[in-house]
Amino acid sequence: MTSLRVFFVGGRMTYRALFYWLTPQIYIPSLLVAPIFQILLFAYIGRSAGLESDEFYVVGNALQYSAIPCLFAMTQMIGGERYQNTLSAILVSPARRIPLFFGRALPVVANGAFVAAFSLAVGTIILGVDIPLSSVPALALVIVVAAFSCTGLGLINAAVSLRVRENAVLSNVIFGFLLIFTGANVPLSELPGWMATMSQGLPFTHAIKAARRLADGASFGSVSGLVGTEVLIGLCYAAIGYAVLRFMEVQSRRYASLERS
Amino acid sequence: MRILRLLGVGWLYHMKMISRSPFEGFGQVIYPLFFATVAFFVFRAGDSPRTLLYASLGAAVMGMWSATSTTAGAAMQRERWHGTLELLVGTPPHFALVLLPVTLAMATVGIYSLGATLLYGHFLFGIPLTIEHPLLFAAAILGTVLSFGALGFVFAVTFVRFRAAWALGNLFEYPVWLIGGFLVPLALFPDWVRPISWALAPTWGMNAIRQAALGGSSLDDLLACAGLGALYVGLGILLTERVLRSARVRASLSLS
Repeated sequence: MTSLRVFFVGGRMTYRALFYWLTPQIYIPSLLVAPIFQILLFAYIGRSAGLESDEFYVVGNALQYSAIPCLFAMTQMIGGERYQNTLSAILVSPARRIPLFFGRALPVVANGAFVAAFSLAVGTIILGVDIPLSSVPALALVIVVAAFSCTGLGLINAAVSLRVRENAVLSNVIFGFLLIFTGANVPLSELPGWMATMSQGLPFTHAIKAARRLADGASFGSVSGLVGTEVLIGLCYAAIGYAVLRFMEVQSRRYASLERS
Repeated sequence: MRILRLLGVGWLYHMKMISRSPFEGFGQVIYPLFFATVAFFVFRAGDSPRTLLYASLGAAVMGMWSATSTTAGAAMQRERWHGTLELLVGTPPHFALVLLPVTLAMATVGIYSLGATLLYGHFLFGIPLTIEHPLLFAAAILGTVLSFGALGFVFAVTFVRFRAAWALGNLFEYPVWLIGGFLVPLALFPDWVRPISWALAPTWGMNAIRQAALGGSSLDDLLACAGLGALYVGLGILLTERVLRSARVRASLSLS
């Protein structure tokens, strides 16, 4: 029961307390307006270069942009404790670590999915992209899976932020890699072989491919393999992220580095 | 002479500060290259007659704009966090003369982004670096940097009352990339967008750089870029007066 409270109530409270982008002054420009301009930018670059349709860029960028809330929020949820001087109090508490850390990830996934869904909806309206209504429920599920997968990566990023002071730079760098490697803007067939291979292990790659097929009218059954792979990738990242967090916790106790950075 | 000295020393001082910030330093090195890479891949895979050099120049100027927009928005907020804003406002020189070198320094860092992106495209994507008019090219870069700094100055002044000014600065990164014609010709946009593009100095700076590199006439574009830059400085000075008066009346200089 305590673990459930830590997971749901603790996660929600921490999210509201530490994810400081929730203020409208930051949330609206950074998470609602910016993704629309990213979609427009790449859709027009695509038109200028004569590569792919608007739908390709709307779907790819709407999903990929959820990396911003997932990476930054997850980092702030863990690394932010240090700036509030509450990290040591959290880490000496007897709370189980899985509900403690994963409860924080739940609102991050929800917000990432919302940002992607909003961007997709507005992007399709502005650029006149036609997505069948019958695909919407499956698309919603794919969006949630994509946000989950990237939050797993965000957990690793958050763990690293326990030792790295400039975690915003790291989040931006990861976002940049995802922009190139996941096929959000460049078809995987146009990437060099090693990049296309690497992309298979990254969040978003399979979700974006699945979402594009759904937007073309494919059934959920035909993309279930892609969605399953994306879930698996997310679980792997979450497991690694959790392991790195525990490792950092042990290291910080051993070397008294908790408040060092 | 004293004004020039103030601008020069301010510029140098802030260049030193920026060059020691891991966020701004590393970010300026890496971040524009991600977008440049995407642009190179897209143009290489597409069937457009526009060349990779076209994309390379556009991506390079994108980096220049990033260096200005993301940091200029937060320039005054940073002074507030450092506890130096009131001291700077209270100094005898006009506050605009204190702030302008800050944004000019940020825009100057953009020259690095431009060079890095061009070299990156050359060595990794084999994009030729043939500049038809080197002198005009250098003049176009200088004019563009100055006009970017001037536009950043207007941003910095305009956003002074916003606590989250950095978010607004970030917000203006994509729109200017888009309608500044960096990678997309203005002809592809709806008619109503074009007057907005023409009011932006980066549009003309991009044209001037591209024309100088590809062999066209860049003087008109350069003059338009410089003219708009001067206009921004004038507008920024006027805005500074109003913003500071308002902040004094409301006693909100350090509270926003």
